[in-house]
Amino acid sequence: MGAQLTQYLLTGVTIGAIYALVALGFSIIYNASHVINFAQGEFVMIGGMTTVSLVDGGVPLPLAIAAAVLVAAAVGLALEKLAIERARGASVVTLIIITIGASIFLRGLAQLVWDKNFHALRPFTGDTPIAVLGATILPQSLWVIGVTIAIVAALGWFFARTLAGKAMLAASHNRLAAELVGIRVRHVLLLAFGLSAAVGAMAGILTAPITLTSYDVGLMLALKGFAAAILGGLGSGAGAVVGGLTLGILESLGAGFISSAYKDVFAFVIMLAVLFFRPSGLFAARSAERV
Amino acid sequence: MLEVRGLTSHYGRIPALKGIDVEVREGELVALVGANGAGKTTLLRALSGVQGASGGTVRFDGADITRAAPDRRVALGIVQVPEGRQVFAPLTVEDNLRLGAYRRGGESAAATLERVYAMFPRLRERRASLAGTLSGGEQQMLAMGRAMMAQPRLLLLDEPSMGLAPRLVEEVFAYVHRLKEEGRTIFLVDQNARAALAVADRAYVLETGQVVLAGTGAGLAADPQVQQAYLGL
Repeated sequence: MGAQLTQYLLTGVTIGAIYALVALGFSIIYNASHVINFAQGEFVMIGGMTTVSLVDGGVPLPLAIAAAVLVAAAVGLALEKLAIERARGASVVTLIIITIGASIFLRGLAQLVWDKNFHALRPFTGDTPIAVLGATILPQSLWVIGVTIAIVAALGWFFARTLAGKAMLAASHNRLAAELVGIRVRHVLLLAFGLSAAVGAMAGILTAPITLTSYDVGLMLALKGFAAAILGGLGSGAGAVVGGLTLGILESLGAGFISSAYKDVFAFVIMLAVLFFRPSGLFAARSAERV
Repeated sequence: MLEVRGLTSHYGRIPALKGIDVEVREGELVALVGANGAGKTTLLRALSGVQGASGGTVRFDGADITRAAPDRRVALGIVQVPEGRQVFAPLTVEDNLRLGAYRRGGESAAATLERVYAMFPRLRERRASLAGTLSGGEQQMLAMGRAMMAQPRLLLLDEPSMGLAPRLVEEVFAYVHRLKEEGRTIFLVDQNARAALAVADRAYVLETGQVVLAGTGAGLAADPQVQQAYLGL
């Protein structure tokens, strides 16, 4: 029982880390624009699929990963430049609908560029399970957890310590004041899409050896990541991480102890429960505003 | 220094500025008075570039900046303290100030930061507090300090005393006076026409998007028309 529980927890943390990365992607764009980017899952897919085809084409793995992140970031920038920026002045709902369109378009494009099959990326460093407290963990899971920690730390440092990061926060909080201190607000949005796409792509690359990847892998991951972001409170970095981990662990425990057939149900039950009882999320930004 | 000729601006199809001619010379404190909706804020917004101009020209040091983006105007030295403070509430006081120096890269800002803290000691005391937790008066100081961080050559002050208690209004005007004594060029908009005219070298009276009167601060304060309409005498 103890070993089983450990096993479920380890699996849950691994999946949860991926959800956390996807949720972070949502939060970055939401913070900069109040847009929920429904093409977030497609960034994940582009990351995984590009890496797979580059590796199949003989490119060394580290190089393929770097290239895939750049490709996804470029797609993110293009989405902002060609679709979101053109609709400047449109309502947030319109922009959200544009991202739904972009998501469908990118999925269709991926079917043309690649195919409809599942693809596997080989694990970064072998697939010999490592024994931990009576349970086992795959080396790839350690990669997932380690890289997620590194990305979360890097983002935390960027937003808390650098002037550029603070400028992004400032622009999202008060667009007018940001413009008046000379921040180019349009560049902030562009940066948010690029950054968010890069983070999403990393999630897709890390998970490709575990769950396989295909043109529509982004659909479910985006929904789970969105549920995680809602759970933690949209726009909160810490919330995205806690929300992702909570969701991953609950899903894994539920699949293990109840039934794996209901694996996906848990995410949505949690999302609905949060929307009913605590719509601003567990980590809703405590507003410190005085009027 | 600042030369505005025939400036017009629209909100959709509704004209807000109908051909404004205004001039601010180096070292002057020029006030703009007028009723609510006369276009005072719109004029300042058009000067800082966040409100588009539909006609006319704005020249700064002789260069045409009518279509320049807000960040370029900040770099040139035109910095606005917006109406209602507009501090970055979720960031600390010090981060707010550092962002004021954003166009200068923020790194060379340490000396300016010291000067701002020297001028507003209260901000130094509260440097680590979130800006949203400051009182109205402190937020006004922060908004002014943030603008000072950009090392403005022309400071646009929009309603600095709005919503403040009388004692704080006096304090804010004392700061405005001090900035003028330091030789800053200031373009001031305030509901409190009496106080604004008292500190101003020159002033303009704005009515429904047009300049209807111009003169020295003291001259306008003595003008019977102004006294009746804006000073409640």
